[in-house]
Amino acid sequence: MIPAENVRIALQGLTANPLRSGLTILGVLIGVASVIVLVAVGTGSSAAIQARIDGLGTNLLLVTPQPPASVPGAIAAAATLTPADVAGLENRRANPDVARVAPLLACTVTATWRSTSYSPSTCLGTTSAYEQIGNYHIAEGRFLTAQDERSHARVAVIGQTVLAQLFRGQNAIGQSIQLNGATFQVIGVLRTKGTNGVQNQDDVVMAPLTAVEDAVSGYPSSYSRIAVEAASTTRENAAEAEITSTLDTTHHVTSATANFQILNQATLLSASSSTTQTFTTLLAAVAAISLLVGGIGVMNIMLVTVTERTREIGIRKAVGARRRDLLGQFLVEAVLLGAIGGLTGVAAGLVGSHFEIAGVTPVVAPYSVVLAFAVSVAVGCFFGLYPASRAAGMQPIEALRHD
Amino acid sequence: MAEPGPVIRTSGVTKVYGGDQLAIHALRGISIVIQRGEYVAIVGASGSGKSTLAHLLGCLDLPTSGRFVLDGVDVQRLDEDQLAQVRNRKIGFVFQSFNLLPQATAAQNVELPLVYAGVRRAERRARALAALAQVGLADRVHHRPSQLSGGQVQRVAVARAVVTDPALILADEPTGNLDSEGSAEVLAVFQRLHAAGRTIVLITHEAEVAQRSTRVLRIRDGLVVEDRRTVRPGAHAARAARALGAPA
Repeated sequence: MIPAENVRIALQGLTANPLRSGLTILGVLIGVASVIVLVAVGTGSSAAIQARIDGLGTNLLLVTPQPPASVPGAIAAAATLTPADVAGLENRRANPDVARVAPLLACTVTATWRSTSYSPSTCLGTTSAYEQIGNYHIAEGRFLTAQDERSHARVAVIGQTVLAQLFRGQNAIGQSIQLNGATFQVIGVLRTKGTNGVQNQDDVVMAPLTAVEDAVSGYPSSYSRIAVEAASTTRENAAEAEITSTLDTTHHVTSATANFQILNQATLLSASSSTTQTFTTLLAAVAAISLLVGGIGVMNIMLVTVTERTREIGIRKAVGARRRDLLGQFLVEAVLLGAIGGLTGVAAGLVGSHFEIAGVTPVVAPYSVVLAFAVSVAVGCFFGLYPASRAAGMQPIEALRHD
Repeated sequence: MAEPGPVIRTSGVTKVYGGDQLAIHALRGISIVIQRGEYVAIVGASGSGKSTLAHLLGCLDLPTSGRFVLDGVDVQRLDEDQLAQVRNRKIGFVFQSFNLLPQATAAQNVELPLVYAGVRRAERRARALAALAQVGLADRVHHRPSQLSGGQVQRVAVARAVVTDPALILADEPTGNLDSEGSAEVLAVFQRLHAAGRTIVLITHEAEVAQRSTRVLRIRDGLVVEDRRTVRPGAHAARAARALGAPA
């Protein structure tokens, strides 16, 4: 028999009972669409995390004071991070994998402009190096310079949230604001950076470290953190080891009594990214189950069809249909159910992925589309095989006797 | 129909259903020869084994023992697919319960054997229309079985039986589900096919139907108990005699 005949006969079979065929196709459709949408949600949340990693700053390592794990007989204290530590880390010969170092002095301030007051969540005294380390970009004006630091200049750079809260749309550059009463001139506005998952990175005021010490925090100061940029992503671990050894020396501690901690936020986020991957796999598995259920629907309906059409099978056999003709007819019918369900499911999945789901913007993964469609066809083929072989194996006389 | 020799030759054909003590001997040794162009009626009471014989002659089933040669082909040696091919090429069936596909039109039903013979669509359509014209249904080509009378439905089935140009037309109680008008229509068609030189085997329990044939085989308890050539008046007898005298 001509293969095209099989498709024609199968289509006639499917259209003979449109409601039943439609519902079976719906089962496959839901399976395929949910695979595509759920994988897209997983991919979308991974992409969001990747964007956060990228926003953090390139190859950022943060050194923070940390009381050592309790040592018997010793009174443990957190380290103070001092200019000596910064100088030690800036020694390129001892730390060849460290590119830049910036001390960070965090303080709590209330900023005032004219009659408006606002308390930003972050106020940092830092150096010009932090622009690159922290991956900040200037939207307007300029960032802090080494000159500002040397001259203890009372200048400040503000984030978009602070700009909005304090200036409410008016031009901030050149304006004087009070930080806890001390006057600073706004010289730059940062480009928006969004959240890093913990805090709003736009809710920030930055000023030269020296000026902050003079006017806000007072002496002697201990840095809240030291931000370090590794020479490259692949050198992060080497840089971390060098920092540890440098600070162990300057603090006179060993790894057991270390009173500081090095945080690699990218590593932390990578861990959460792998959590997301697990989550994606889980979602895909649930979706795959619904696709499987759709496949069982195909098998169920094909079994009903074969039983219902026993007489037709008998007639076809009596006029000369061979085993493979009937096997082909019913298999093509099942595969068509799967393929039509697959195609409509792909369409539904692509449409569904345009909507934000649970706060995640789905990103359609091409592999999931190809895979879901291929599986829907394979499901039709696999689950159609048994009903089709049952049809093909019928004895003509018995099939003809069937009512 | 170019094969030499008889259309049907059976020797000692038996059919046993079940096994051991419960075995039912439906056929106990049937040996018949049917020549080309004959119009044979196989008659018998219900349970005589005539339906079983019809299934064997139609290659829907295989005998338990004995030999059956159909149009030169030893059926006993064929596998399932080859049997399907024999049914397709050499036999045209007409059933008591019509056995047409209800959702297909008359033309589609008649085309069905040609689909499995691998005939192309255009040729299929042309041959189906010709077959329908032969049974007087040229104006009912696009009707579904439910839109036709009983006699018309059975004529569609006859058209399906002849469309492949088979060696044998096998009709199993073709008038069993028809009223007298429908029966007359269908029997008239068989008469015309016979006159055109077709070989027809008709299974029936109605004496009236059997009368139209040129030969009557009576079956009882799985054996042939009577083999009678009928002489009928008029042109049919003359044509039948010619057909008998000169087998293709």
